[in-house]
Amino acid sequence: MNEPENELLAPGHRTCAGCGPAIAIRQMLRATGKNVVICEATGCMEVTSTAYPETSWKVPWIHVLFENVSSVASGVKEALIKQGKDDVKVIALAGDGGMVDIGFRALSGAMERGHDVLFLCYDNEAYMNTGVQRSGATPFGAATTTSPAGTEIAGKQEWKKNVPFIAVAHGLKYVATASIAYPEDFQAKIKKALSIKGPKYLHVHCPCPVGWGCDGAKTIKYAKAAVETGLWALYEIEEGKLKLNTKPSELKPAEEYLRGQRRFKHLKEEDIKKIEKHAKQRFDHLLELENSEISLLKVL
Amino acid sequence: MIIMETTIGGIIYEPGSSAKTKTGDWRTFKPIFDNEKCKRCGICQKFCPEGIISINEQGAKANMDYCKGCGICAEECPFKAITMEVEKK
Ligand SMILES: Cc1ncc(C[n+]2csc(CCOP(=O)(O)OP(=O)(O)O)c2C)c(N)n1
Ligand code: SF4
Ligand code: SF4
Ligand SMILES: [Mg+2]
Repeated sequence: MNEPENELLAPGHRTCAGCGPAIAIRQMLRATGKNVVICEATGCMEVTSTAYPETSWKVPWIHVLFENVSSVASGVKEALIKQGKDDVKVIALAGDGGMVDIGFRALSGAMERGHDVLFLCYDNEAYMNTGVQRSGATPFGAATTTSPAGTEIAGKQEWKKNVPFIAVAHGLKYVATASIAYPEDFQAKIKKALSIKGPKYLHVHCPCPVGWGCDGAKTIKYAKAAVETGLWALYEIEEGKLKLNTKPSELKPAEEYLRGQRRFKHLKEEDIKKIEKHAKQRFDHLLELENSEISLLKVL
Repeated sequence: MIIMETTIGGIIYEPGSSAKTKTGDWRTFKPIFDNEKCKRCGICQKFCPEGIISINEQGAKANMDYCKGCGICAEECPFKAITMEVEKK
């Protein structure tokens, strides 16, 4: 089943060794199968998968601007419907910069108009293709070229933007988060999302060894540590009801994730405590939401 | 100056054609698979960024034309069936 001949992403792509987003795309295609059109914004996975005149894609794929992938995906879906090809699934794929910042207006518009598209953000927590600039998805404390750690600030001073919840606020029936360290969970979510008509949003966390400054062999280790420390949580929000997919009985110390990553190496004991406290509080709130009867869609 | 001829709209007509580029020569380390230890569980296959690990009755192996030597397979194998060695060219 997972044999190379069944792969829908050919090798020879130019991602760096140990690239987390490349793993995300491979895992994604295992779940979609061939009956899909991928619309992709500019970013590492677009640049590395299509060094003209070559392509790694074995499914229909279109590259558009950095800022409008969700608009193009809306149009592709509507055109397919007009052609009577309703069964063909459409995915709008973008990195965190392309989805949660620069393509955000297009994403918001497409979700609000209700197109039958899966919006999928592969989140490597910065603008990697242009040399590691901070994005709305860069976590607190991380040093990037535009949030450097120096005497003025100790890396990015804002918390990670919560786009999954913003997607829920658009009235989406299915929103979920995932991680490349949990491929079965990620793939089940893609399948479920694609079986639901209308807009749906999925956000997959994937380490970038180059931008994060960590060992490329440890890409999956870091992805897993993010979940085990509560710095990334795996959940689904169906019809406004939140369900956590991994519930560690106790979150591991944040240090287990932060240690070994160059982007966090300047952090002081108190910064780490602050990050740990934030992760714990957030996780407790997610648990509270899970245990409550309230549908988040009811407040819209 | 070399100007490349492009198709209309930059359309690429050959799916999966990046396989023409052999990324194996980027490698500094190479994975050595120990078939005695391999349980053919498929974990290395799920996490390989290149999608080039195949598993048969004997065990797992990587297509060295493309392996960039990242070492994820060796790190993730629960049975320590993969070790990384310096590639001698
Ligand atoms: C409007 C616009 N601004 C800037 C760029 C330059 N640019 C190309 S890729 C990129 C970063 C992409 O970041 P992200 O979406 O997070 O994907 P990643 O490269 O991290 O995979 C930028 C800024 C562009 N192509 N278009
Ligand atoms: S910079 Fe990061 S995300 Fe981009 S190809 Fe390299 S490892 Fe992948
Ligand atoms: S992870 Fe290890 S045991 Fe499992 S198939 Fe790969 S080499 Fe074999
Ligand atoms: Mg990014």
